[in-house]
Amino acid sequence: MEKFTVHTGTAVPLRRSNVDTDQIIPAVYLKRVTRTGFEDGLFSAWREDPSFVLNNPAYAGASILVAGPEFGTGSSREHAVWALNDYGFRVVVSPRYGDIFRGNSLKQGLLTVELPQAAVETLWDLVEADPATSIEVDLVAREVRAGGHTWAFALDDFSRWRLLEGLDDIGLTLRHADAITEFESHRPAFGVLVG
Amino acid sequence: MSRTLAQKVWDAHVVRRAEGEPDLLYIDLHLLHEVTSPQAFDGLRLAGRAVRRPDLTIATEDHNTPTDNLLTIADPVSRTQIETLRKNCAEFGVKLHPLGDPQQGVVHVMGPQQGLTQPGMTIVCGDSHTSTHGAFGSLAFGIGTSEVEHVLATQTLPQALPKQMAVTVTGELPPGVSAKDLILALITQEGTGGGRGYVVEYRGPAIEKLSMEGRMTVSNMSIEWGAKAGLIAPDETTFAWLKGRTFAPQGQAWDDAVAYWKTLPTDSGAVFDKEVFLDASALTPFVTWGTNPGQGASLDSVVPDPESFGTESERAAARRAVEYMDLTPGTALRDVNVDVVFVGSCTNGRLEDLRTAADVLRGRKVADGVRMLVVPGSAAVREQAEEEGLHEVFTAAGAEWRFAGCSMCLGMNPDTLQPGQRSASTSNRNFEGRQGKGGRTHLVSPAVAAATAVTGHLSAPADLDAVGAR
Repeated sequence: MEKFTVHTGTAVPLRRSNVDTDQIIPAVYLKRVTRTGFEDGLFSAWREDPSFVLNNPAYAGASILVAGPEFGTGSSREHAVWALNDYGFRVVVSPRYGDIFRGNSLKQGLLTVELPQAAVETLWDLVEADPATSIEVDLVAREVRAGGHTWAFALDDFSRWRLLEGLDDIGLTLRHADAITEFESHRPAFGVLVG
Repeated sequence: MSRTLAQKVWDAHVVRRAEGEPDLLYIDLHLLHEVTSPQAFDGLRLAGRAVRRPDLTIATEDHNTPTDNLLTIADPVSRTQIETLRKNCAEFGVKLHPLGDPQQGVVHVMGPQQGLTQPGMTIVCGDSHTSTHGAFGSLAFGIGTSEVEHVLATQTLPQALPKQMAVTVTGELPPGVSAKDLILALITQEGTGGGRGYVVEYRGPAIEKLSMEGRMTVSNMSIEWGAKAGLIAPDETTFAWLKGRTFAPQGQAWDDAVAYWKTLPTDSGAVFDKEVFLDASALTPFVTWGTNPGQGASLDSVVPDPESFGTESERAAARRAVEYMDLTPGTALRDVNVDVVFVGSCTNGRLEDLRTAADVLRGRKVADGVRMLVVPGSAAVREQAEEEGLHEVFTAAGAEWRFAGCSMCLGMNPDTLQPGQRSASTSNRNFEGRQGKGGRTHLVSPAVAAATAVTGHLSAPADLDAVGAR
């Protein structure tokens, strides 16, 4: 995973709530067996509408997506995170996320920042007034800075550390392989064995 | 110290606990399907890792599979994904129920029916509806592909203990009102984010009276209001359902297991971080009108006015939903005509659901111009239904009796809505385009689905007496 410390970029205002993972990437794109190349599926149904914000050339090259509450609800598909990453987003800002999407994003180096609705609306206004508005997302200080505003955001220390260091979860867990083996030695005898 | 059911299951699975880190939880059962696993297996291969516990891992094919035959997957991309799962399972020694196998089916139907799902277990799957298994008093939740790889490699997951919520459903469900109506009403009451950050426990007399199938329907939709998992305390209903199933313990092991399972229900002094109440006796058949599962209403009511909602965010969402759904505020929900009726999915594709739909359809006909698909949740459900003659009821009514799979719940296989088509669906998501690009979905119970098929517009079985059996 790529390390994440401070990211500066421009943003796309997505004035919608309940952007579920079926909208982020429809199921038809989930048939692939690869892990990259999902950018064509990102918001594919909505992108057919020429007035959809991602089609506005003023927001070309933006790397921060600012969306309404309940972003990434629904299906567990990690493809939603891959599609956002592949398209070029490094950060999503929303008042609230679907749990599984949030977990997936933090494992893939896509920083999902939670800011209050009022801050999201200020960001929308800023980038709609001037799409070139520069937004600084600082994971070290846990702050978002734009247009003279500074908003603090919360992220648990462990997730933050993993992102800052770009660490792979499996490698971290395997340092405790002995503890796993020890646990397995006293699991109840009536447990299910498939094989 | 008094603990909740979820806390007890959690505590029994902590491999390692350290200050400032999530707990490392042991996973008792890992379910796999073709969609969210290929990249995880690839990750193992790249790192030279094995599946740590193939004996705690089981796979099935469901999302991409056709339901009109058991042999041919026409779409080459779907076929590649299925073939990839078969290769991966063979290479890593994981048991697979492929298309055509007597145990193949939707992953959340396949697990319980074999007795793989048991109280007190931790269960994960790369699928958000893994919450289904919570109906047995197990801690079950959906994970992403990175986590699938993590569980394959380590049989554990780092997890922070969520907050605890109790959902107490008082009273008794009126006749004709089902578990599906109950959970749809709850999601509308609490909103799609209401359960976010919580493991919930459904309890109270109305929950205790539900069959295991009904409990699975309730737990299944926990994710639709944002809850991490939705548990129900194991009781005699649970034990009776499990006993004798293939993977259920036997003999002395069964007695030991039941003795343990009886220790799991929430202790009387245990404290929840939040409590929510719902009165079952006030419920009616319930349907969705919008494009998220929290946009629902009693079948007796009308399409709401988007301006009637309390916040701008809700108003904007409702405006967009009504437009997408091509509905006019104030229209009676019973006046909404449908093109397609779908009975099936991990929410309502079990034998009891099919029996309910058949009871409504017996001696009646699907309305002209309406297509009805009945898709059993698993090959085993299909076989049981045929033993009971349910398939004859469906086909006599003019419905299609199909093979098991996820089918029209999501647009990954040939069963999809055409753009502009409207469905009454027993599945779990009414998102834009969920059942096919441009399709419009109303979530309903099996009874409402069947009655709607007969009249051609959203209906409850009680409405049919006025229509009469044709």
